[in-house]
Amino acid sequence: MTANESKLDSIIDEYNAEPGSLISILQDIQAKYNYLPEESLEYVAQRLDISRVQVFGVATFFKAFSLKPKGKQQIHVCMGTACHVRGSKKVLEELERKLEIKAGDTTADGEYTLETVNCVGACALGPVVVENEEYHGEMTPIKVESLLNSK
Amino acid sequence: MKVTSVNELEAIRSEILAGKDLDKPCIAVCGGPGCLANQCLEVRDAFVNEIAAKGLTDKVDVRTTGCHGFCECGPIALIYPQEIFYQGLSIDDIPEIIEETIINNKTVDRLLYTDDKAGQLVETEGEVPFYKKQMRLILGNNSKIDPHSIEDYIAIGGYSALAKVLGGMQPMDVVDEIKNSGIRGRGGGGFPTGRKWESTRNAQGDIKYVICNADEGDPGAFMDRSILEGNPHSVLEGMIIGAYAIGSNEGYVYVRNEYPLALKNINLAIKQAREAGLLGDNILGSGFNFDLKVNRGGGAFVCGESTALMASLEGKPGEPRAKYIHTSDKGLWDRPSSLNNVETWANIPLIINNGADWYSAIGTESSKGTKVFSLVGKINNTGLVEVPMGMTLREIIFDIGGGIPDGKAFKAVQTGGPSGGCIPESLIDLPVDYDRLTEVGSMMGSGGMIVMDEDTCMVDVARYFINFLMEESCGKCVPCREGLLRMGEILTDITEGRGRMEDLDLIQDLSEVLKDASLCGLGQTAPNPVMSTLKYFRDEYEAHIKDHKCPAGVCTELITYNIDAGNCTGCGLCLKKCPAEAITGETKQPHVLDTGKCIKCGICYDVCKFDAVRKE
Ligand SMILES: Cc1cc2nc3c(=O)[nH]c(=O)nc-3n(C[C@H](O)[C@H](O)[C@H](O)COP(=O)(O)O)c2cc1C
Ligand code: SF4
Ligand code: SF4
Ligand code: FES
Ligand code: FES
Repeated sequence: MTANESKLDSIIDEYNAEPGSLISILQDIQAKYNYLPEESLEYVAQRLDISRVQVFGVATFFKAFSLKPKGKQQIHVCMGTACHVRGSKKVLEELERKLEIKAGDTTADGEYTLETVNCVGACALGPVVVENEEYHGEMTPIKVESLLNSK
Repeated sequence: MKVTSVNELEAIRSEILAGKDLDKPCIAVCGGPGCLANQCLEVRDAFVNEIAAKGLTDKVDVRTTGCHGFCECGPIALIYPQEIFYQGLSIDDIPEIIEETIINNKTVDRLLYTDDKAGQLVETEGEVPFYKKQMRLILGNNSKIDPHSIEDYIAIGGYSALAKVLGGMQPMDVVDEIKNSGIRGRGGGGFPTGRKWESTRNAQGDIKYVICNADEGDPGAFMDRSILEGNPHSVLEGMIIGAYAIGSNEGYVYVRNEYPLALKNINLAIKQAREAGLLGDNILGSGFNFDLKVNRGGGAFVCGESTALMASLEGKPGEPRAKYIHTSDKGLWDRPSSLNNVETWANIPLIINNGADWYSAIGTESSKGTKVFSLVGKINNTGLVEVPMGMTLREIIFDIGGGIPDGKAFKAVQTGGPSGGCIPESLIDLPVDYDRLTEVGSMMGSGGMIVMDEDTCMVDVARYFINFLMEESCGKCVPCREGLLRMGEILTDITEGRGRMEDLDLIQDLSEVLKDASLCGLGQTAPNPVMSTLKYFRDEYEAHIKDHKCPAGVCTELITYNIDAGNCTGCGLCLKKCPAEAITGETKQPHVLDTGKCIKCGICYDVCKFDAVRKE
C-alpha cells in the first residue's frame, strides 16, 4: 500500500498543517496504514514545510511509530511494573514461543505483530495483554493458547 | 446550552437539578479500564435491554461512568439513590437485579461485597472497607456523573469555582488562594503549584501558556487516566482558572496515545465547554478569553519531563534541556508556560470552592490535601485509592488494600515509579507525604504503589527499573545513557548468577555519578530503585552473588524445576502442557522432569493441582 496523497492531505489539513501537530499527524497516518510509509514522511515534511530530518527524527524517536508494516492482529504485552511483579515476562515468553517471533516482530504470514508496552493503565488486572483494542486481564502462560485460538 | 454570565450558570444549574428526579433509580455502571477488561460494556447493555424489556425505560436511568476505584471487583455497578454496591457482575445477573432491586426494592445478596473480617455482607458503597477510610474528593465524583455530559458535571456544582473566580476575584487573589492552600504538584516533584503560577504570571511576555501533563508514563499508575476519562471537566475547569490567574489565553493538554478513551473524553469535554461559553472568547461574559488544544504523545517516558514535553509539543523529538532557565520564563516556543499534572489541575476547583483554609487543613505540615494512589501488585484490593496525605502505609495497604493475597508475607512497597524506591516492611508505619517518602529513599512520584510479597525478587525489580529507564533514556547525556547501560548489565549478571561482590560497590559509584551528572530528572533519580533495594535488601543481592540462589524463586537462571514423586498423581497435565517436552511418565505413575530439556517456563508449576512441581 502506498500513501495516497489526498488521504494524507485530509489528515494534514485537519491540523491546519501546523508543525506543532507533527506527532498527532503521524499518529493518524500510522492509524490509517498500520505503519508510516516512507513516502508519507517525505510528503508530511513538504506540506508542513519542515526538514525531513525533523520528521524522520520524530518518527524514529517515539516508540509508537513504526517504519515497518505491522501485522493484522496486534498483540501488546504490558511490561509495566504492576504486570511485571505478577509475571508478565512469562506471558511474553510463551507468546514468543507460540508465535515463533520475538517481541517487536511480525509473523511471516503478516498475521501477528507482537509488541511490549509499558503500562496501559489497567494495572489492577495485571498481567494485561491488549489484542488490537481488547484488554485481557490476569493473563498466564496457560491462557495464551486460548487467546491465540480465539481468532 | 450557552452560559453568558456568571449568574446565569446558577440559573442553569437549578434548571438542570429541577429536571432531575433525585429519587429516580439510576444504575451507574463503571466503564473504567479495569472493568472494561471484564466486559462491563456488555453488562451495561444488558441493563439497558432488560430495563426496556420491562417497560421501565422512562423510570430508570443507566449511566456509564469512569473508574470507581475498586477495580479488583469489576464489573461494578452502583444503584442510586440507595448507593447499593454490586460487584463481579455478569450479564446473567442483570434480570435479577432489575427484578429484585429496582422493582421489589430488595438486594441481591450474592452480588454484594462480603467483608471477610466482619464476616458479613455490606450493602452500600460507603460501608465497603475499601472505601471506608478513603477521602474521595477527586475520585468520588466519578460514579456520580456521565463523563460525556456537561450537564451532569454542572449538576454536581461543576464550573461554580470558575464562576466564583470570574465573578469577582482578581488574578492575584486566585494565585494567593492556591499558594495559601499549600498544594504541591501531583506529577512527581511536588513543586508548590501557587509559586509556579506566580512566577509564570510575573514572567515577561504577551503570550503565556498553561499545559496539562497527561502523559502518565509511570508504569503501574493510572490515576490521571481515570480522572481524564471519568471527570474531564474538572481538569478543564482547573485549567481555565489557572489560565485566568496566570494571564494565559492558550493552553494544551498533552495526552498519552495509549489512552484512547481519555483522549475522546477530553476532546468531547472541550467541545461542550466551548459550546457552553466556558471556553473561547469572553468566558461567562467576563471579557476573559481562553482556549485549549489537545496533543497526543508518542509513547516515550521522557516526554513526561516538562522541557521534553514542551519540545514534543513543538513537533520535535522529546529531549529534555537544561533548566537553568525555568519553563515559567521560557517554556513552549520560548514563552512563559505553566505545566501541571492532571490531578493537580483537578484539585484547583476544590480549593477555590472551599477555600485555602479548608484545603490546608487536610494532610500534613508539608503536604496538603488528598493524594490518589494506584494500589497494585500483590495486594487483595487492587485499584485507585484516595486518602489524605499522611496516612500510613499500613493503613493504605492493610486496612484499605486488605493485605496480601494467598496468606503470603508482605515484603515491600515500591512508590514513585522509576524515580522512586522500595520501602521495606520495617517502615510500614511511615506516614505518606512528599518529604517522608524522600527521607527513606523513595519518592511520591505520580502515586503508583506496587505491593510486593515474598515471591518478588528485589534484585529483579531493580534490574527491571534500570532496564526500563535505559530503554527510555533519550540518550542525550553520557552518564544517563552509558551509566544505565552498565548498571543494567551488572544487575543482569547478578540475576543470572554471574555477579561479583565488587559489583555492588560499582553500582553504588555509578549511582552517585548519575545522580550528580545527569541533565534531567530521569537520570538524576534513576538510581533510587537500585539504592533503596541495596540498602534494605542487601541480603538478597548477596544470596544471588554468593550462593547463586534467588530466594524469591524469580530469576530463571538460578532456579530449577522438579517433580516431587510423592505428590505426583500422574495426572499428565504438566506433560501435556510442557512446551519443551521435558516431562515424561505413564498415566497414574509419578512423572519425571528432565532439567536438561526444561526451558523454565513455569507452566508445569502453574498447572499442577497437586503441588507436585517444585521450584528451587
Ligand atoms: C522522566 C520524567 C518523566 C515524567 N513524567 C511525568 C508524567 O508522566 N506526568 C506528570 O504529570 N509529570 C511527569 N513528570 C514531572 C514533570 O516533569 C513535571 O514536574 C510535572 O508534570 C509538573 O506538574 P505538577 O507541578 O503539577 O506536578 C516527569 C518527570 C520526569 C523527569
Ligand atoms: S538524564 Fe537521561 S533522559 Fe535526561 S536528558 Fe540526560 S540522557 Fe536524556
Ligand atoms: S518449566 Fe516449562 S519447560 Fe520446564 S518442565 Fe515445566 S513446563 Fe516443561
Ligand atoms: S503495569 Fe500493566 S497495565 Fe499498568
Ligand atoms: S475500572 Fe471499574 S472500578 Fe476501576
